[in-house]
Amino acid sequence: MHQERLVRTNDFALKIANVNGTGSASANGLLMQAIFRMGIPVSGKNLFPSNIQGLPTWYEVRVNKNGHTARALDYDLVVAMNAETYARDVKEVRSGGYLLFDSSWPLDEALARPDVTFLGVPLARMCNEIFKESRERILMKNIAYLGALMALLDIDTDIVNQMLEEKFSKKKALMDSNHRALKAGFEYARDHLDCPLPIRLERMAATEDRILIDGNTALALGCVYAGVTVAAWYPITPSTSVMDAFSGFCKQFRKDPETGKNNYCILQAEDELAAIGMVIGAGWNGARAFTSTSGPGISLMGELIGLAYYAEIPAVIVDIQRTGPSTGMPTRTQQGDLLACAYASHGDTKHILLFPSSPDECFTAAIQAFDLAERFQTPVFILSDLDIGMNDWVCPRLKWDDAYRPDRGRVLDAKQLEEIAKYFRYSPENDDQVAARTLPGVSSRGSFFTRGSGHNKLGHYTEIPDEYQEVMDRLLRKHRAAARAVPPAIIMMRADARAGVSKLGIVSLGGCDPAVREGIELLADAGIDVDYLRVRAFPFGQEVEDFLSTHDRVFVVEQNRDAQLKSLLTLETKVSKEKLESILVYGGFPLSSRSVVQGVTRALAATEAR
Amino acid sequence: MASIKKPPVIHPHSRPNAVGLTLRDYEGSMSTLCAGCGHDSVTAAVVRAFYEMDTPPHMIAKLSGIGCSSKTPTYFVAGAHGFNSAHGRMPPIATGANAANKDLTYIGISGDGDSLSIGLGHLSHAIRRNVNMLYLVENNGVYGLTKGQFSASADIGTKSKRGEANRQSPIDPVALAMNMGATFVARSFSGDKEQLVPLLKAGLAHKGFALIDIISPCVTFNDHEGSTKSYLYTRKHLMQVMRADYVPAAAEITASYPAGTSTSVALHDGSVVKLSKVAHDYDYSDRQKVMSQLREIQARGEVPTGLLYLDTSSVEMHELSATVDVPLSRVPFEKLCPGSAKLEALQEAFR
Repeated sequence: MHQERLVRTNDFALKIANVNGTGSASANGLLMQAIFRMGIPVSGKNLFPSNIQGLPTWYEVRVNKNGHTARALDYDLVVAMNAETYARDVKEVRSGGYLLFDSSWPLDEALARPDVTFLGVPLARMCNEIFKESRERILMKNIAYLGALMALLDIDTDIVNQMLEEKFSKKKALMDSNHRALKAGFEYARDHLDCPLPIRLERMAATEDRILIDGNTALALGCVYAGVTVAAWYPITPSTSVMDAFSGFCKQFRKDPETGKNNYCILQAEDELAAIGMVIGAGWNGARAFTSTSGPGISLMGELIGLAYYAEIPAVIVDIQRTGPSTGMPTRTQQGDLLACAYASHGDTKHILLFPSSPDECFTAAIQAFDLAERFQTPVFILSDLDIGMNDWVCPRLKWDDAYRPDRGRVLDAKQLEEIAKYFRYSPENDDQVAARTLPGVSSRGSFFTRGSGHNKLGHYTEIPDEYQEVMDRLLRKHRAAARAVPPAIIMMRADARAGVSKLGIVSLGGCDPAVREGIELLADAGIDVDYLRVRAFPFGQEVEDFLSTHDRVFVVEQNRDAQLKSLLTLETKVSKEKLESILVYGGFPLSSRSVVQGVTRALAATEAR
Repeated sequence: MASIKKPPVIHPHSRPNAVGLTLRDYEGSMSTLCAGCGHDSVTAAVVRAFYEMDTPPHMIAKLSGIGCSSKTPTYFVAGAHGFNSAHGRMPPIATGANAANKDLTYIGISGDGDSLSIGLGHLSHAIRRNVNMLYLVENNGVYGLTKGQFSASADIGTKSKRGEANRQSPIDPVALAMNMGATFVARSFSGDKEQLVPLLKAGLAHKGFALIDIISPCVTFNDHEGSTKSYLYTRKHLMQVMRADYVPAAAEITASYPAGTSTSVALHDGSVVKLSKVAHDYDYSDRQKVMSQLREIQARGEVPTGLLYLDTSSVEMHELSATVDVPLSRVPFEKLCPGSAKLEALQEAFR
């Protein structure tokens, strides 16, 4: 049989099939971290079920010396630790690849593949020999396959030892168990298998100025740095870790040094309706406040989002998007809430949305969101997703400018209120179409009645058409004004304007970015030049309009069924509908460059065939 | 005949209080509710309570949901910030507002539709959190703004204006509050200002969630014969079990009460609530006893009123959250932002 023996250093993908609740996350995390510490660009995608124990779960690791970290679909090595998914895991190994399996039991002959090298390591048997306690035997099998992978892939032993030292310095017994399991796996592989494999690792220096962080952690950190004092939430996957991280950072950074008391208040609400209500109450009262949720929570928050929009109260809503309508697939990723957020709530509403594409952008987006929310006195959404939020990404180090001061927007203090004849809430407005607000507890001269019912520009109750429309028209102008203040789109020009050649573009957003950038490189290798615009916010700035008008054919790449970004572009820019074509991936797993390349090439081929 | 000089008359309402304001200064705009609405009497009692408490208007935050009762914050303390929010959602908005600024005095006005149906969950959880606020349920047993549907507080057998009887069991805000762990629970009647004003003051002074269920008849949709929330029925069946008088900290010495009939309960700010037992042997301080006493009284067809339960060891939301003494909205940014050096150091953990 033919075996491809071409050595591929720092360029391969592996997939680990586990049963959830068996402690595999720890081993898989160590594997990814070890590769990162070897200085090699790496990404890890946790494809996990909505379950605590017993269902299949996969972890994919992609190593790419060129820095491409989108999901890979070809697996050079599969570690098959779940008997239940064995058959499909074997099928997923690329021809010429490897399958690492637990050889404690004989392998089913029917599952053999001539084009795949089977690497047997008796993981269960070794662990049963080393460990007495049954839970430990199960847990340590994961560390044992990590040991085998260290030998097979040439992972730096010193780095792994150092990591165990850091992780278990206070748990001596656990450290000891880990070392024993690691050693057993490593030595068995070294002595019985052809190590290292042609797919292997070699130290690089590409991650020195980088960190390994998930988006939810970075976003929570951004909220701490933005000066948030009130956070309200209801637990929901995949946004729960935002509040977990926020709470952890608050304990670390927000204890008053003199009194030990908290410079923050986190409220676990009874539901999402209450969570957004608390945020609005706190925002009304002058605190920077946010909630984090996912699609189902956005649906529930709709009513009060409209109140904050119409009464003009700052609020930040973090939406870590997950898959599907209704409950859908809570542990899978999607970009399915774009339209629901852009126009959240009944009546005429329109909101500011931010689309971070990576954990480091989540950190920055948090700061921007609070500045925008207070400057424009309106709800601002941060639309992240499960892939960005819950997977570890290799990112540039987060930076902080100590000169930063929050933009608290137009808020009148007692002295300013003394200086004006009479205060009215919604008049006069500035260039941003924003009127000054006042906070409770400052002065009776600034008192007014906040209401979600019809009001005129003075803030008084109204049912008079002209008075109602006057306020609504200003709110629309305010939304347009925000287009100049939101982070501009990122544009990468590649296509040259040759006569007779139609100019191609891709518009995408958020977590699609790594796959799109890789896809554009692959297309260029195939002689297809495509420009790229990544929107970072809604409302769209002039640069989006310009990009759309200067390209003949634009592919809109996004992760939802209904082409929500394309719809938003069609509704909110002058672009003609015919110019836009969709590339949609919405099964719940992170986007790979293959979808982008195939989407573009098939569309081009279809036109040629016409 | 020697003449007696007439003393100068100062109407008690126009006398300035300790912060230099008269009763008029605590009023709001004209009510747009129906003439004779119980809610307007409650509003008048709220005006008087704040005036007598000497609360600076800008330190008051008045919040409400949607409904007839929720309109009333416009009608009192014009100098306070008000928030007429969404149906049933006032408790979370008040909770968030309170989280941001613990220094304000919070009053939430709600009704039986707002509190016991659409906002039942929110009310329950605001009680659980022991948000420091006075929460009024202006309870009339019907939806007024949507023209007379039964609310969740309608008693079994009570008749609508059209004559149909309610068959579903009522939710009693007092029983709910007791079950959820409220630390101050009272019931009153919009037509009994003598009882209501001191209760409002005690509720405002209480540190924690103070709920007052106020039977406040709807003259338009629920004041007819056969209704158990009419003026007539309420007056006939009310039974005051515990009279409360609020005595501010400074005035305590001058107030006098007949010995042996009353108990003094000190509130956190030094003020005192003088409780006089009206009903024989009523115990206001033991949650279990209160619940069984209330059940017994109600079983006799009477509506117990007055201060029904008080827990002076109440631990409110900010104490539970161990927040700093300064309102969170006033903590300077320098204290909130850890700065670049800490960010640098922190990131070693992400290597």
